Amino acid sequence: MSKARVATVWLAGCSGCHMSFLDLDEWLIELSQLVDLVYSPIADVKAFPENVDVTLVEGAVANTDNLELLKEVRERSKVVVAFGDCAVHGNTSAMRNPLGDPGELVAEAYRDAVTKLHGELPNPENGVVPALLPRVLPAHEVVHIDAFLPGCPPSAERIRIAVEALLAGESPELAPELRRFG
Amino acid sequence: MPGVSLRIDDNEVDASPGESVMQAAVRVGVKVPGLCQMDGVSVVGACRLCMVEVAGTPRPRPACATPVAEAMDVHTDTEQLREHRKVLLEMLFAEGQHVCAVCVANGACELQTLAAQVGVDHANFTPPPSRLTMDLSHPRFGYDPSRCVLCTRCVRACAEVEGAFTWGVAGRGREAHLVADLGRPWGEAESCTSCGKCVSVCPTGAMFEKGTSVGQRRVKRALVSTLTSRRERESAREVLK
Repeated sequence: MSKARVATVWLAGCSGCHMSFLDLDEWLIELSQLVDLVYSPIADVKAFPENVDVTLVEGAVANTDNLELLKEVRERSKVVVAFGDCAVHGNTSAMRNPLGDPGELVAEAYRDAVTKLHGELPNPENGVVPALLPRVLPAHEVVHIDAFLPGCPPSAERIRIAVEALLAGESPELAPELRRFG
Repeated sequence: MPGVSLRIDDNEVDASPGESVMQAAVRVGVKVPGLCQMDGVSVVGACRLCMVEVAGTPRPRPACATPVAEAMDVHTDTEQLREHRKVLLEMLFAEGQHVCAVCVANGACELQTLAAQVGVDHANFTPPPSRLTMDLSHPRFGYDPSRCVLCTRCVRACAEVEGAFTWGVAGRGREAHLVADLGRPWGEAESCTSCGKCVSVCPTGAMFEKGTSVGQRRVKRALVSTLTSRRERESAREVLK
């Protein structure tokens, strides 16, 4: 049997979900017999590949880079999973939403704060820093999501149950105590 | 007074007239989900999570506010009710800023637990966030309206158990929020005795003790129910004397 092509992406999140993935410890060795990790923050691959079977999406959609990558992920993946609370509902990444205009927030942090670290604003137009979206979005508001894996971060146990189900072509069924937010 | 017999999820239940369906259900081990109901304070039927189906009535009814009746046939966990509860919880999540990961009540939150039980794994609604701000004027406690589900347990505990009548609800729709003394900062509310009953009954992290961080909620929700049941026992003893 050929190996499943699995990818993980890191949008606006803290990478805690990926850290939790690494908490799968020795099961990762078993997993490596079953899957090829074709794209991930922990794999040195520059462009998101074609024909991916399962992609785990960590993080919310907060800027234009996140938005483009998630759309690419959807086009090139059979199954897309919202991996962790930021992808699922925005979580801490979306806490800026009630504060309104992200331009004001950036000005507050970079220009007007007491400890003016930079004194000037990051300029999205020079292409180095992506522009912030007006509102941080959960993944399912941008593309169709096939499965949700809540938790901040989802425990290794949750991740294993979900990944095993997905590799078997099933939709993951988490017990109530394993699908709590937070 | 003669009792009544009814069926709840195919259990035969004997109940006293005046009891609610929810109270009768608990005795046969059927826990109907709910957020606003709390033993020891009055019933408001505000959260609509405890809706149950009663044979012969066209619409679901709130178990907490529906009195038992002879030969009633109640179902608490049908497909339609599960779907209804899921949508209600999704709307509660969408309406506030329920960021469990950074909440004082993480791990001790009734909303969080219910969402997991009912199977809410994301929310399909995204209204624009309200701009209500926190009230941190009280020296010991704080109120965050973005975590408030407007169950009014605190309003009732404050009025009915403490007798202070500090809390009320102001505003409509998404702008609805709690106000102390008709709209004063909590710290300046003269009626507040700082007893903390409101904080103890809060099902979420909307009311919290200052100085507690993520997952550090310590106060016991049963405090008010325990107080009222002790008072009832004590007044029954007085009558016997």
